Amino acid sequence: MYEDMVTARRYEERLQEEYLEGKQPAFDISAGPIPGELHLAAGHEASGAGVCIHLRDDDTVTAPHRPHHVAIAKGVDLKRMTAEIFGRETGLGKGKGGHMHLFDPDVNFACSGIIAQGVPPAVGAGLAAKKRNTDDVAVAFLGEGAIDQGGFLESLNLASVQDLPVVFVIEDNDWAISMPKDRVTDVEDGSKRAGGFDLPGVRVDYDDAVAVYEAAGEAVERARNGNGPTLIEVQVHRRMGHFMGDPQAYRSEEDVERAEQLDPIPKLEDDLRKHGVDDETIDEIRDRAHERVEEAIEWAKDQPEPDPEDAHEDVFTNPPAGVAEHPGTTESTGGDD
Amino acid sequence: MSQETHAEERELTMSRAMVGAIAHEMREDDEVFVMGEDIADYGGIFDSTEGLLEEFGHDRIMDVPISETSFIGAGVGAAQAGMRPIVELMFADFFGVAMDQIYNNMAKNTYMSGGSVSVPMVLMTAVGGTYNDAAQHSQTLYGTFAHLPGMKVVVPSNAYDAKGLMHNAIRDDDPVVYMFHKRLMGLGWMPAPEGPKTGVPDEPYAIPFGEADVKREGEDATVVTLGLHVHRALEAAEELAAEGIDAEVIDLRTLVPLDTDAVIESVRKTGRLVVVDEDYRSFGVTGEIVARTTEEALGDLHAVRRVAMPDVPIPYARPLENEVNPGVEDVADAVRSVQE
Repeated sequence: MYEDMVTARRYEERLQEEYLEGKQPAFDISAGPIPGELHLAAGHEASGAGVCIHLRDDDTVTAPHRPHHVAIAKGVDLKRMTAEIFGRETGLGKGKGGHMHLFDPDVNFACSGIIAQGVPPAVGAGLAAKKRNTDDVAVAFLGEGAIDQGGFLESLNLASVQDLPVVFVIEDNDWAISMPKDRVTDVEDGSKRAGGFDLPGVRVDYDDAVAVYEAAGEAVERARNGNGPTLIEVQVHRRMGHFMGDPQAYRSEEDVERAEQLDPIPKLEDDLRKHGVDDETIDEIRDRAHERVEEAIEWAKDQPEPDPEDAHEDVFTNPPAGVAEHPGTTESTGGDD
Repeated sequence: MSQETHAEERELTMSRAMVGAIAHEMREDDEVFVMGEDIADYGGIFDSTEGLLEEFGHDRIMDVPISETSFIGAGVGAAQAGMRPIVELMFADFFGVAMDQIYNNMAKNTYMSGGSVSVPMVLMTAVGGTYNDAAQHSQTLYGTFAHLPGMKVVVPSNAYDAKGLMHNAIRDDDPVVYMFHKRLMGLGWMPAPEGPKTGVPDEPYAIPFGEADVKREGEDATVVTLGLHVHRALEAAEELAAEGIDAEVIDLRTLVPLDTDAVIESVRKTGRLVVVDEDYRSFGVTGEIVARTTEEALGDLHAVRRVAMPDVPIPYARPLENEVNPGVEDVADAVRSVQE
């Protein structure tokens, strides 16, 4: 768990550096080695690590647009994920998805870019597990900004009425881009949403990996044993802007400072020390994580960019034969042929 | 007209043919299941699942809450897990409450994953008007679904095709939007025109996507259409034949992939193109067919007409709906006009 968390933190710090290359002093989103937007999850690590440690490769996880810490904890191939973020040919999606659309079917991980969008497919994975009589579970991660989305509420109902092995994990970082939760959501505690669907709801109030571990352990076990879904809300803190380049003018300095102070990583280090883990071991784990991150980033940057022609491939698994599939690319023969 | 080649066959309505294909695939493959609103005990509002509950039970013929985002999205998740869900969206018009799952997940996940994820799912949905159900229950929306990449789009016009296309849709590894016209289903309470009830072989057969069917050969004009309007075009062609105008009628059968070659080949022969569509006129099927034909065969093309829904929401009162939904006379007039 600690290793996943320090890997994720280091990963995002390094991505931030890489991302800003060529984007300073004036921020230009289309410059630099990493294309597109970049939503970092530094400060969320406890939830990804504390939940995913209970999962197997066969279990499905869907994550939102701030996915890296969850992907790392789920065991997504770090090198290919990094290559995808850099838009390279050997990336998970051959450079077609990017950081919001990472798919690693080997460990049943997917993330998507629209709020609450990954929740119904997680319910579908739970449905498949139930129909096939396996003990696989599905976990949907979402932000607190997603708890007012219809798709989330519909999914709670469908999972509940069908008694599906699904765990819903709300990461409450207090901010939906610029909107503080108390201005847009009627409940302070998002796990109360569970009550309306006759589900157990649990809130973990602090960025405490051990507390997440315990709550998630119960929920995953409940799902695996065929006892239905659970909704968990985990308080996390957003240490960075909504996306890289976000000036966060809407956020007070105190709030930013508070997020920095409430860091789940030193907290877990203290817990480890209390349980007799020595500093040397902690340093070793951290060094190993940093090395792995560096290796992934170096590997990714060495990978080739995709062949432009490849933009026309992969629309279908079973592309239609003998029919002009991409009319936009066929040569017009005009009227004289 | 390939159904005529099968001697051992029964006359079936389009709904029975669809259900036959679904039942066969469900017997063959435990991973196939159906979910939707009122599809189990009711049998589907338009009979698309009539009788399946008795054989397969509620686990595989699954009624769901009125909650399209969750159950269509769940279909995507189950399909990505390797199952083969058939998910019914009761009316195509209802896509508005669930389009994110349809076009952002179902249609794009294969591409965004660089081909590592497949979504072998059938989204079947009822389309079309002619029974005065007004603006929110009468649309075909063919162009809307065909416009967005990543979905195969199937529109059967008769029972034989409905069965073969359904077999292929379920077996296909990609998401298929299967759009059946309510008026063609053979419902007791919505009589079908002559034509959609055809001979249907008992055995399974797949009709490949991207193969249009020339329903009537002719020399004087090419009429390209789909769904209900195949039958209206054929009726118009008979009327025109009496006047000495020999129209060729092409049933596209699938929009994605689109059999452009069949259209081009016909236009090269007739030099005149009429496209008939129950969807809106602008930015839709008619425009696409005309555009592809002009790209490929401009020199062979002497005249073009589009016959489609005008760009108005579909009205309720009978004279108003009849005004906007292209009728047999509208098709016949268009074919006459391109002869001049």
